Amino acid sequence: MITAISIGAAEVPPGEVWRIVLSRLTGGGPVSDIATEQIVWEFRAPRVVLAAVAGAGLAVAGAALQAVVANPLADPTVLGFSHGAALGAVIALTTASGAVLGGVGVSTAAFLGALLAGAMVFALGRKAGRMAPTRLVLSGVAIGYLFLAATSYLQLRATPTELRTVLFWMLGSVAGASWDQLPLVTTVVVTGAVTLSLLGGLLNTLLTGDESATSLGVDVHRLRGALLVCAALITGTVIAVAGGIGFVGLMIPHLVRLATGPDHRRLIPLTAVTGALYLVLVDLLSRTLDRPNELPLGILTALLGAPFFLWLLRRNKGMDTA
Amino acid sequence: MRLAVAGATVCLDHHPVVHDVTLDVPPGALVGLVGPNGSGKSTLLRAVYRSLRPQRGTVTVGGDDVWRLGAREAARRTAAVLQERDTTAAGLTVAEIVTLGRTPHHGMLGRPGTADREAVAESLERAGAAHLAERDITGLSGGERQRVLLARALAQHPQLLVLDEVTNHLDIRARFELLALIRGLGVTTLAVLHDLELAVRFCEQLVVLDEGRVHAAGPVLDVLTPRVMAEVFHVAARVERHADGVVRITYAADPLTAEPGPGSHHLSGAPPRPRHRSASPRTGRCRRSRSGRSARPSRRHGPRRRSPR
Repeated sequence: MITAISIGAAEVPPGEVWRIVLSRLTGGGPVSDIATEQIVWEFRAPRVVLAAVAGAGLAVAGAALQAVVANPLADPTVLGFSHGAALGAVIALTTASGAVLGGVGVSTAAFLGALLAGAMVFALGRKAGRMAPTRLVLSGVAIGYLFLAATSYLQLRATPTELRTVLFWMLGSVAGASWDQLPLVTTVVVTGAVTLSLLGGLLNTLLTGDESATSLGVDVHRLRGALLVCAALITGTVIAVAGGIGFVGLMIPHLVRLATGPDHRRLIPLTAVTGALYLVLVDLLSRTLDRPNELPLGILTALLGAPFFLWLLRRNKGMDTA
Repeated sequence: MRLAVAGATVCLDHHPVVHDVTLDVPPGALVGLVGPNGSGKSTLLRAVYRSLRPQRGTVTVGGDDVWRLGAREAARRTAAVLQERDTTAAGLTVAEIVTLGRTPHHGMLGRPGTADREAVAESLERAGAAHLAERDITGLSGGERQRVLLARALAQHPQLLVLDEVTNHLDIRARFELLALIRGLGVTTLAVLHDLELAVRFCEQLVVLDEGRVHAAGPVLDVLTPRVMAEVFHVAARVERHADGVVRITYAADPLTAEPGPGSHHLSGAPPRPRHRSASPRTGRCRRSRSGRSARPSRRHGPRRRSPR
């Protein structure tokens, strides 16, 4: 992370970054010239931290959802959360002038959109107290398309400037990170990841099938509901501040699973760490590949991740039978 | 512990699948639950392992209603080995799978401790699967797999074992091995068995289910009379104890010539009905979950669907 902070449009040696970060954290005085201090502490550090938090959040949400719906394809996008957030953001970006709502308005709208999608999946995927995995995932997909339709319609009616803003939002970015917004998203993601890690043993019972899990004394449907709420909250909070970053929630859990197996007591914490590191790396590349422009994160997560992931899938024999 | 099912009617998707069933498994006994496809065997088991609440009647284990015990306490008494294909468990080791059996003992957020590890090791030993502990579940043969699932059930330290067609897809030697193992455990067991040959050989008592009702129950030779074989299974066969002490089924030269008992017309499309039991006016109705008329909240008591996996 220190390396990630030091590299960018203006290079700062890692040693100096260390000194600045340490001095800030311990409340010491300035240790460098004002410009460097500001680049490191006000711009680079928050965005690296946000990238880490967002990566961790999306990855654990994906891991939890894959267990909830017993489907390896699940991630926040498949279950409609991301589409819900996108609709919220697009409504905020196109129907009101930016001056009225401002950046906070977009975040709040995206968060509400993700939660709305989560609530709909929860309500529609549930029948007589039961949450059948297949119904859940298909409900999520259908709700996602519903939101996508609305989003596309709004985009058609948008002005070219608005459209560009929308496009950038949808592809995700942590460039706007500031220290003010970090405590909330960090709290939500850390609490969520810890909760999911603690529930790891119960998530494992879902792997044996619903009936077997029930016979082990697990209330399968209540567990599913709780996990769904947890994943929707994490996703909503992350997307609200970082935009629509795709593929992390799908790829990272599989990556970790291939390396360590599907035991959720290991999988969830490792997924969080891997997701965090991956997004920090992607953010670093997004700032450096096309200097001085920045590439949106959503492009790079898939552009870098997909080929690597495909290579890994082909190499792994376990996938042939599973 | 004794399992007692009393007057249980169990519905699936608003349709009664099990009607007014009463059965008893004495402590330590191995009782086979047999019957044709669709006779309600698996559904009845779901009521026993607390997955599907009976509309009427009770299921008690050790004298306590399992629906009053709560999920965890019930899971400490009753363990199940079911037919689910757990493909998503690929990559878990055998020891990890068996550790899942400790879930009702170490609680929601609990981590397996020393006692749990000992229970896992002991269960693997009892199920004859100790040598598989570090293997990946997907690489096992059918027989090995069933031993592992049995070990998981034993890790629950159950007083009652519920088994749903555990010998399916096993080769013949593995079937004999598995049932001999189960009989030797000494745990009270209710086992759905599709294979009648194995049922008569290994079980002391049988419960014959047909059209969701108990057609006959009791010691094997009393239950599987030629008439029951004809009425329920529609084959001509005798079940006898041979000179070597083993109970076997002898099928007629053409088993399909079974003479249906008087009053049963399975060939004309109407399934045979047990004549000694008249349809009770109290059975055959299921509460609809949306009727709003049910005295109990339908959320928890309503019929539950089998999840499409």
